[in-house]
Amino acid sequence: MSDARTMPGSEQARVRVRMGRRTGSISRRRRLGLILRLLVAAVAIVFALFPVLWVISASFNPTGNLATQQLIPRNPSTINYQNLLTNPLSPFGSWLLNSLKVSVLTSVLGVISIMLSAYSFSRFRFQGRRQLLLGLLLVQVFPTLLMFVAIFYLFQQLGNYIPFLGLNQHAPLILTYLGTQMGIQIWLMKGFFDSIPRDIDESALVDGATHWQIFWQLIFPLARPMVVIVGLLVFIASYNEFVLASVLLKDVNQYTLMVGLYLFVSDAFTQNWGIFAAGALLGSLPVVIIYLALQDQIVGGLTAGAVKG
Amino acid sequence: MMNDIKARGSSEPLAPPSRNVLGYLLRLGGLAIVDAFAVWFLYVLLRDGVWPIAIPVALIVILVNIVNLNERLAAMRWQIPAVSIILLIVVFPIAFTIYSSFTNYRSGHILSKQQVINQLEGRLYLPEGGPTFAWAAYRNPDGEFGLWLVDEAGNKFWALPDAPIEEAGAVSEDIGPVDDDGYPTRVGEYRRLTGGDLFRSLEALNGVRFGEGDEAVQIRNTRQAATLQPRYQYDPERDAIIDQLEGTVYFGNEERGYFISEEGQNLLPGYQVMIGTRNYERLFTSPAFRGPFIRIFLWTIAFALLSVVTTFALGLLLAMAFNDPLLPGRKLIRSLLIIPYTLPGIIGVLIWRGMLNPFVGVLATTSQSIFGWFPPFLTDPFWVKVGILLVNLWLGYPYMMLISSGALQSIPEDIYDAAAVDGANAWQRFWNITLPLLLVSVGPLLIASFVFNFNNFTVIFGYNEGRPPIAGSPTPAGHSDILISYTYRIAFEGGRGSDYAYAAAVTVVIFAIVAILTLIQFRFTRQWEEVSESV
Repeated sequence: MSDARTMPGSEQARVRVRMGRRTGSISRRRRLGLILRLLVAAVAIVFALFPVLWVISASFNPTGNLATQQLIPRNPSTINYQNLLTNPLSPFGSWLLNSLKVSVLTSVLGVISIMLSAYSFSRFRFQGRRQLLLGLLLVQVFPTLLMFVAIFYLFQQLGNYIPFLGLNQHAPLILTYLGTQMGIQIWLMKGFFDSIPRDIDESALVDGATHWQIFWQLIFPLARPMVVIVGLLVFIASYNEFVLASVLLKDVNQYTLMVGLYLFVSDAFTQNWGIFAAGALLGSLPVVIIYLALQDQIVGGLTAGAVKG
Repeated sequence: MMNDIKARGSSEPLAPPSRNVLGYLLRLGGLAIVDAFAVWFLYVLLRDGVWPIAIPVALIVILVNIVNLNERLAAMRWQIPAVSIILLIVVFPIAFTIYSSFTNYRSGHILSKQQVINQLEGRLYLPEGGPTFAWAAYRNPDGEFGLWLVDEAGNKFWALPDAPIEEAGAVSEDIGPVDDDGYPTRVGEYRRLTGGDLFRSLEALNGVRFGEGDEAVQIRNTRQAATLQPRYQYDPERDAIIDQLEGTVYFGNEERGYFISEEGQNLLPGYQVMIGTRNYERLFTSPAFRGPFIRIFLWTIAFALLSVVTTFALGLLLAMAFNDPLLPGRKLIRSLLIIPYTLPGIIGVLIWRGMLNPFVGVLATTSQSIFGWFPPFLTDPFWVKVGILLVNLWLGYPYMMLISSGALQSIPEDIYDAAAVDGANAWQRFWNITLPLLLVSVGPLLIASFVFNFNNFTVIFGYNEGRPPIAGSPTPAGHSDILISYTYRIAFEGGRGSDYAYAAAVTVVIFAIVAILTLIQFRFTRQWEEVSESV
């Protein structure tokens, strides 16, 4: 516990020195206010990071539990990581690959469908366009999560005839993630396309370009930053998803990472927190990095209305 | 549509077919392949009576065809991937959930009636009488059996499991010399079993079906084998299944979803039928069902509300604390504070589950050793709820902090200056200016967050699967279950089998609540009007 506090504490001291130099003129009261704020920050950071620090510590703790009362374990070892990667009963490597496969495919297929749909909504005026756009928003009112029974039935039945669309396969999971995420993202993307001036594509039309050419050669390059953000949001949401994956996948080798990590701590398995900690760290790394790298852009997306679990 | 584009000044109509003949032919070819597949698929679905799936599939196929064949709908072609997937994954489940809440869809009633009939008609039995074969058994080095058969007319056959029965003359393997009984000593790799070998193998041989499909032979005793007969036959006129072995007649019962004999015996498995509003009646009128439902409903509301209030309060506090541009290390502080938000939700919950575990958890053991006591966060009905709210606070405050700090920056400074001139103290400024202005912009997001938490399965299930259980509930139900985790457990965890239809009925009730909340949200923000105007 004391170890955890020293870090923000020393940060605070350093900060105070620097502040004193720069803001010598500000009032005593204001300085008190700043110190108070930094104290709040210190407490909040301890609350935010304590579980994370502890899971790091537990992952290097060879005794396999989280109870040790020291942040730096007595005999740090990588035994948990070794067990994690070698135990055939819990194929962590396959889970990670499954997760990456599902999320990458969802992201790529999603971005393509989203862009096609958004481009058409943005550039064409066709019959039923308005109804379709509003319908897209309306069906989002019903969270797909609620419909796991129907989705389970759908793929149970489809699998009787088309095996790769059956339970325990990854294609149904990808389809489900696409269906649940596309509605909102189409709206976001359409908004972005709307902000690209129409003059660009209309002059191309005059020059004899087809809409397909305009889409690929003009609009797509302009939209690339937005495409990356949408793709990453879809990737993160699919990578993190737990409920639908645990409904649709029953075979341990087909699990995605989140379903697999849950297995470590559920009662069905002998609870092994050390291995779980190692897996949780390795498994979180990709998304944490994406988030921290793209903080500002993602915050922008948040206020546009996406809520993440 | 073309007219519209022209009206907006473009000279060229959209992708005229004359200009791109190859593309047009390719599209027609693709469509032909899709249609051929669709016809086969729809045929098998309807043959088996799986019309709940056949309807959306047919709709998608019709849509794809119309849009591809009608040049006037060319713009809709861009919508095909998105619209097809949304029809299948979002629209179909909504419709199916509502439909199945009026059926008896549960363990033992999974299949359609036609699928049950097909399954029953595929079952075989060994008849008492009828034509028989004399047999000799063979085994290959891998331990697999083969059977040499001689029928009453003296014709010889060679039979292996899961392969068509062959006439002896057509067998490709070389057949060894005939022994004293008149049977070959070996057939290819297979050697004849005699004496003690045969005796030891009898038990295993007894259960083996030789041959394929409804052409199957099984040994009846040490001398005779016989062709298996289909056990059940469906009579569409009487809507009855006749059991050839027992002679019993089972009549289809459209209320209970079984074929039932006159003695009242059910033939398993059952099939899906409509049972009207019975699931809803159970939910609202049966005290045993209603009790846990009301308790779970109230906790769901409380959980969602308290989650929003606590995360928003902490998030706003932090946002206000760090809104000061003079604060050093602002960016670093923010990055550290949003780390809980960047972790996958389920992992965050599971970490807390570990820390709160009374035996191995660091919080539990530390508190035990210092205070000699630790709240039973994972087992006591009250403390479980406290723990869940704590975990959800940890998971959720960064989001609130981010949206609040965005909204805070959009409040103009001069309002505060004016308030300061009027002598308002800090508290009054917060209560009368900051909060009301903030709520205008983040209000809709708070409602969205309420709806999100209303269905926050991950936290509840990851924390401790809804436990501790509510005593005496006929469905699996726990003190910390919210409606959605309750639904999940009815559907997938029932000790007495899964009751998908009842789960669907609960889901429809949640639909209604969520729809009302969203309506309020749209009202509150007039978002719908804005949206309708802007599209």
